Order: sequence, then C-alpha cells, then structure tokens
Amino acid sequence: MCRQTKEKCAHNAGAVYCGLIYAFLFLPIVVIVINSFNATNTKPYLTWKGFTLDWYGKLFQNSALLDSFQNTIFIAVTSTLLSTFIGTLAAVGMYKYKFRGKNIIDGLLYIPVVIPEIVLGISLLTLFTNTNIPRGLLSLVLAHTTFCIPFVIFNIRARLDGYDKSIEEAFMDLGANRLTTFLRITLPVLAPGIGGGALLAFTLSIDDVIVSYFTNGLTMTFPLKVMESIKSGVSPDVNALSTLILLATMVIVILTQSNLLKNLRKVLKRQS
Amino acid sequence: MIKQRFRSNAGPALVMIGPVVLWLAFFVAIPLIYVLVMSFCGIDKNYNVIFRFTMGNYRRMFDIDYVEIYGQSILIAFFSTVICLVLGYPFSFLIARTFRSKKTILYMMVIIPFWTNSLIRLYGWRTFLGTNGLLNKLLLTLHITSEPIQFLFNRSATILGMAYVLFPFMVLPLYTAIEKLDQAQLEASADLGAHFRSTFLHIMLPQTASGIFSGCIMVFIPCLGYFFVSDILGGGNADVIGNLIQRQFQSGNNWPLGAALSIILIVITLLLVKLYQKCGGDMQSLGV
Amino acid sequence: MVQIRNVNKSYGSNHVVKNLSLDVYEGEFLTILGSSGCGKTTTLRMVAGFEQPTSGEILVQGENIANKEPYERDVNTVFQSYALFPHMTVFDSVAYGLKMKKVPKKEIHTRVLEMLELVQLGGFEKRMPAQLSGGQKQRVAIARALINHPKVLLLDEPLGALDLKLRKQMQLELKRLQQKLNITFLYVTHDQEEALSMSDRIAVMHDGALEQVGKPKEIYEAPQSKFVATFIGETNLFEGVVRGLRDHLVSIAVESGTILGSGEGFAENEMIAVSVRPERMQYSLTPVEGFTIEGIVKEQVYVGSVLKSIIVLQNGYEVKLERLAGEMLPINGTVYPYWEPKDARLIHPRDQEFFSAVENVKMA
Repeated sequence: MCRQTKEKCAHNAGAVYCGLIYAFLFLPIVVIVINSFNATNTKPYLTWKGFTLDWYGKLFQNSALLDSFQNTIFIAVTSTLLSTFIGTLAAVGMYKYKFRGKNIIDGLLYIPVVIPEIVLGISLLTLFTNTNIPRGLLSLVLAHTTFCIPFVIFNIRARLDGYDKSIEEAFMDLGANRLTTFLRITLPVLAPGIGGGALLAFTLSIDDVIVSYFTNGLTMTFPLKVMESIKSGVSPDVNALSTLILLATMVIVILTQSNLLKNLRKVLKRQS
Repeated sequence: MIKQRFRSNAGPALVMIGPVVLWLAFFVAIPLIYVLVMSFCGIDKNYNVIFRFTMGNYRRMFDIDYVEIYGQSILIAFFSTVICLVLGYPFSFLIARTFRSKKTILYMMVIIPFWTNSLIRLYGWRTFLGTNGLLNKLLLTLHITSEPIQFLFNRSATILGMAYVLFPFMVLPLYTAIEKLDQAQLEASADLGAHFRSTFLHIMLPQTASGIFSGCIMVFIPCLGYFFVSDILGGGNADVIGNLIQRQFQSGNNWPLGAALSIILIVITLLLVKLYQKCGGDMQSLGV
Repeated sequence: MVQIRNVNKSYGSNHVVKNLSLDVYEGEFLTILGSSGCGKTTTLRMVAGFEQPTSGEILVQGENIANKEPYERDVNTVFQSYALFPHMTVFDSVAYGLKMKKVPKKEIHTRVLEMLELVQLGGFEKRMPAQLSGGQKQRVAIARALINHPKVLLLDEPLGALDLKLRKQMQLELKRLQQKLNITFLYVTHDQEEALSMSDRIAVMHDGALEQVGKPKEIYEAPQSKFVATFIGETNLFEGVVRGLRDHLVSIAVESGTILGSGEGFAENEMIAVSVRPERMQYSLTPVEGFTIEGIVKEQVYVGSVLKSIIVLQNGYEVKLERLAGEMLPINGTVYPYWEPKDARLIHPRDQEFFSAVENVKMA
C-alpha cells in the first residue's frame, strides 16, 4: 500500500479511537440530560414516558435541592478564596525564603493529595467532634479549604519554576518596596498559576463527596443530596439541575476560551 | 535601624508561611495523629472511645471477612488502573501528538465531564446499564439476548465505575509526559531503523515512565477508598476498604476500628508512594 | 546518488518547496544554502522521510523511496537539536541503530567503540548526554548517524548551536570524516562561510526554489542571480541598462553614472545587474575612462591586514571597498570608484527583478 494511504488510515483509526473514548466519557452525561426531559412520575424514574420540560419548572419549587446547591456554591467560593489566599502566600514564601522545616511543610502538603480522601474525611470528623467545632457550613468550608490548599500551591509552584528572580530584584533595585514589588511584579507573573489553582480548587470543592460526607453534620450539599436520592431513584429534577450546571460550565469554558483568544490577538497585535 | 529591620527576611517569611503551617498542623497533622492514637483505643458499651491501649482493632482486621475485602479492593483497584492505562496511553498520545493542532480543545473535553457531579454521572451509568436501561433495550430489540442481562451490582460494574471516574487522573500526567517528548528524538529513532514498536519501547516508554507511574498512583490509591462507586454500581457486592471505614464511622459504630482500617490505607499509600519515588517519580507531578 | 525530481511541498496554501530538482553525486559534500524559511530543511526532511513531497519524486541510487518509511531508508540524519536520547548512555545511543538492525552484541561493541574513537570520544561511552558539552553532544549525534554506514548522511544545521571557535573546528572535522568514510553528505545551513569552506558543491535556495548549483568558487565568482550575489559574501550591486557594446566590453548606464563590465550575450538597452566584490573594487583620485561615478569617502575601518572603506555615491548608494592595508583614503574626499571590467559580474535579472530595475533607471 502507498505510504500516504497508510498514514491516512492510521490517522482515521486514531480519530475513531478518540471518538470512542469521548463517547465513554460523555455517555452517562447524555443519559442524564435525556432523563431530565423524562415525563415519568413514578419511582425510580427510569422508564421513558415521553418528553416534558416540567422538571425544569419543578426544580425551582424543590427548596431542599436548591438549598443544597446554594450551600455547595457558598462552600466552593469561600474555600476557593481562602485556599487561594493562603496558598499563594505560602507558594511565594516557600520559593523565596530558605528556612528549616521546609521539608516538613512539603511532606504535610502531599498528605491531602495522596492519601485516600476517606482518611482525610474521618480524621477531620474526629477533629471536629473533639474540638466542638459545629458541623455544618463552617466545618465544610474548613475541610474543603484543607484539601484545596496543596493543589493551589502546586499549581503556582509549577509556574514559579519558570520564573526569573532577577526581574523582581531589578524592580527592587529601582526603589520599589517589597509590597509594591509583590503586587506589581510577582502577582501578575503568577496570575495564570493562581487562576489555575483557584479553578482547580473550585472544581474539587463542588464535586467533593467523601470529605463532605463525613463533615457535613446536617447541612446538605448538592453531591450529598444526590447521594441521598440515589437510594430511592434520582428524580429528574436533579437531572435537570445537573443539566443546567453542565450548560453553565460549558458556557463559561467557551467564554473564557474565546476571551483567551482575544487577549492573545491583542498581545500579538501589540508586538507586530 | 528601622530600614534594617524592614530588610530582614524573618517578618515577611512569617507572614507568608505562617498561615499554611498553622492550617496544616491543625487540620492535617493533629487529626492524623489523633486517628493513629485512636486506632489503639477501645470502645465502651455506648460506642464511646475509651483511651486504653489495645491491639484489638488490629487483631480484628485479620478477620477473614475483612481480608477478603482487602483482596477484592486491591483487585478492583488493579483492574481499574490497568483499564485506565491501556485506554489512556494511546488516547493521550493521540490528543497530544497526532491531533496536536487541536490539543487544547481535545484536552478540555476530557476535563468537562469532571464538572458534572461524579455521583450523578455514575447514576447515569446505572441508568444506562440497568435491566430497564438503554443497553438492555438495545440488545433485546436486536435479538442479541432474549432476557435482560444484569450488568450491575458486581465487581465488573464497580471496576467500570472506578475506571470511569478516575480516567482523567490517568490522562492528565500521561498527556503532560507525552506532550513533552521531543519530536526530533522520535524521528531520530525512526531514522536509525526503529519501527514504531521499537521507538515506543526504547524511546517513548522510558521517557514517559514517570507519567505512567504518577497516573497509576493517582488511580490506584483513590480506588481503595471510593466507597460511593461500589455503593452505586457494586450494590454491596463489590466493597472496597473505603466501605469498611465508612461503616465504622457512621454514628454509633466502632470508630477505633475504622481508625485502624484507615491506618492500613495510609500504610498502603505510603508504600506505593515510596515505590514511586524509588522508581524516580517526581512528587510534584502527583499534585497538578 | 540522490536525485530530487520536480519536488513540490505545500502546507495548505503555503508553498514551501517549488519544483525543486537536484542531483547529489556519490561521495560528494553538497550543501543546501539559504536563509531560514527558504525550504532547505523541508527538502532534507523529505529525503529522510519525515515529510512527504506533495508531488515529484526522490530517488536514492536510482530507487524511488516515496513509499519507504524513514526506518527503511538507507539515509541517516544529524539533527539540529542533536535529538540525543536523554535516558541513554553515549554507548547505548550510538549502538541504537545497530541494535535495531539486530547486529550481534559483540560486533555492536567493537563497532561502537571504533566509531567513538573516530569522532574522538573514546572513553566517553558511559556518559549521559546531560554530562556532555555542546561539541561532545554533536559528536555523539554524528557517531549515532554514521554507525549504520548510510549511503547518504543528512545534516540539518548541525553546528548551529556551537560557538564560533568550536564551529570552525567541527567544520574541519566533518570534512575530514566525510573524506575518510567516503560517504555522501547532504548538508543544510544558512551560514555561507560554512558552506564555502566545506562543500564540494553548493545549492543555493531562495523562497522555496533553487537559485544556483555549483562549486563554491563558481557560486562566489559567478553568481547567476542577484540573490546569490548578495547572499554569498559581500558585494556591490548596480542595476542599469546596457548602453554600449564593444568587443567584450559592456557599458552600462546606472542611476549614478556609467560603468563598465565585460561579458557576452548582452543586447543594447537590456536591463542587467552588475555585481562587483569589494576586494575587486578600486579607486582613483581622478576620473577613470569608462566610469562616470564618483563619491565621497565616508568611513574607513582598519581590520588587521585589510582596510575596509565605504564610499557614498551621489545617489546615496554605499560602495564597499576592501584592499590590503596600505595608504589610507582621504576621508570626506571625492574619489572615483572603478574596477577592471573583467572583475564585474553581469547578471540577467529575472522577471520579478526586472521591474525594480526599470523603476531605478526611470528615477535616474
């Protein structure tokens, strides 16, 4: 066979393979979206009874579900802000200064990343019960911040590895004080790392099941609500909410992507 | 004088590193030490923890029922890891190299499913695979089978679920490692007479080994603890160590025993991480 | 040895190699010379098999290699970035090609050690690439490519990353290797000095097309196009119209006056370009017969054995003049540049160059 045809065949086979993997990744999501339009009214809501948009209306009357979703967003936003703040300071501090015990901090940082989440969950549960920290929104925020911090730090660190210290020194040389230097030089350079870290923290938080499961007390988050409802059959309004969340994230992705492109074009224009 | 103090590093260093140290000490170190201590404690009649040294929890862990679940747990984790690796390596290669021009969007499409809650995605699988599900309906209409097949509530379904939920964690490090490969090196290998298979074996595999290791670690370890996957798809027939721990920590149960089981998980994790480091793995790549 | 026949290569609408035909003879050192983006590396990669021609064919020893994978071709490449395998020792890297050919272990051992000796890396076999200097890495890359005794060795700017001194040394060494092993070298570079000093023949490429092929001396002394004249070495280029023909003497009207050249096959009123190398350029303090150009000495630089001067003509054109150091020119003084008519190279401009020449003359 001619080499060009052979290569084309391999290329097509590769495309088919990738298509199958994406089908595997998206198949359950398609099922969810379809089921959110299911007109069934009987548990466990699995048989297809025709198309309806009712569930999207009913969703907004289900206050327990909406509350849990609100909690999830609140926890995610708060713990993202907290972990990004603490993590940024720590990442820069650990990069700039040499001190004893750095290895210990490093080791501690890896623990929440590598140990199974369930271990972190039960250890935090014992902490909260023994210190009388009330289990609810507060404990959830504290717990989520704990597992987010290392990811934020690692993300920024990856960025710092390619960072030229001499820019900062040159700026200090020109008479800027530390705070100005940090705000004007260090932060902008690290912005992508910080942004990436924050995004990761947010994602981890909204999707968390295991740590929340042990530290929630009576407060419900969206994933926990789903977990509860799975026992009796997930009602289509949960599917409807998931579909809406998916839509929102897709829109955000597309917006940020196109925004990125715009910025890139601007930069290129300025250079030419 | 004031200026000198301002120049010294202790102040800013403390401000920057202090918070994280306090946080990690209070929310990671102390609770874990407490769990370790608790694993050597007993309980009274009301299931309260009493601080008296005992090895009882560790002895109980050798009950045959438990040992079976450890075995099953490791089996599930192993197969899930293998599936992720076997499916993920060619996939990562394709999106990072063959379809390089579209790699950002292709990579993004691996992450997007992540943003839908993993429980509900697993429930999606359950809906799809159930006896009333789409797959069975399809098989019935095509007369491939005359009765619905029970795909769910067994080990295979749990392995599928684990592999599904953790697949991106395998692709992430693999993609990074494969993308870093130098195209000229692959060309040099072909130039020197190596077929694709030899190039893969001698050039690609050694240079992406760290990505493979970190991917495997990032899939294998969570598999041991993801109790909700076996809950949803295994239906109690495919429990992992995580299920054992979860049961002990439901209110009114044996916390010290759960703590001891958690210690086992930590030990397995540490062993794997040590092995990973011995093989030249980079800790940083586990984090991002 | 290698025949490239009417090869075209396009990436989408980007036509990078245009109808290229080139023969490489057995045992010769042929350099493809051109500025970056002229398609020279693409050409090399097509011979190696990393890229496929959009049309045309490539033959190695008379055999069309279009359907041969890179690993089936009897050519080997030295990469610009070296592309050493970072996880292999020097020995393993060099042995790689033999291992792929399933050569017995014992033979591999002796051949690798021989080869390392040949590139003066004896004793380095256990080193890792990270422990080598740039020059040493380069030698490993060459040894690795030579170990299979390829019919043709392709070299893609192999010395680009080295510093000047090392580059000079490696140039000599490459030439020595090539002569010793008697292997055909197809060499790609943008460095004209490198090309002139090493090659048996040079192929100058510009904008995807071949401009001229010839021995270094021919390329330098008898450029056939304006591009070749300006790209290889320094030159003074005049454009003008043929005004008078007498025997071999050609009188040409250029923007700033009249000049002389010598050649055959030119017609009156024809547009031509004239190239005069700085070292052929002379000057006089009084007008010279046949030349009506004059200028002012603007600058003189004394570089050891040579004196470099710049004379600005009335239209602002800067004439470069180079002579063995001796008497200085009068700075800011008026001089009359001239040359022996046989020292000027007359070039028929190509179509695309024609119009700019017309423009220039009109302005004059």
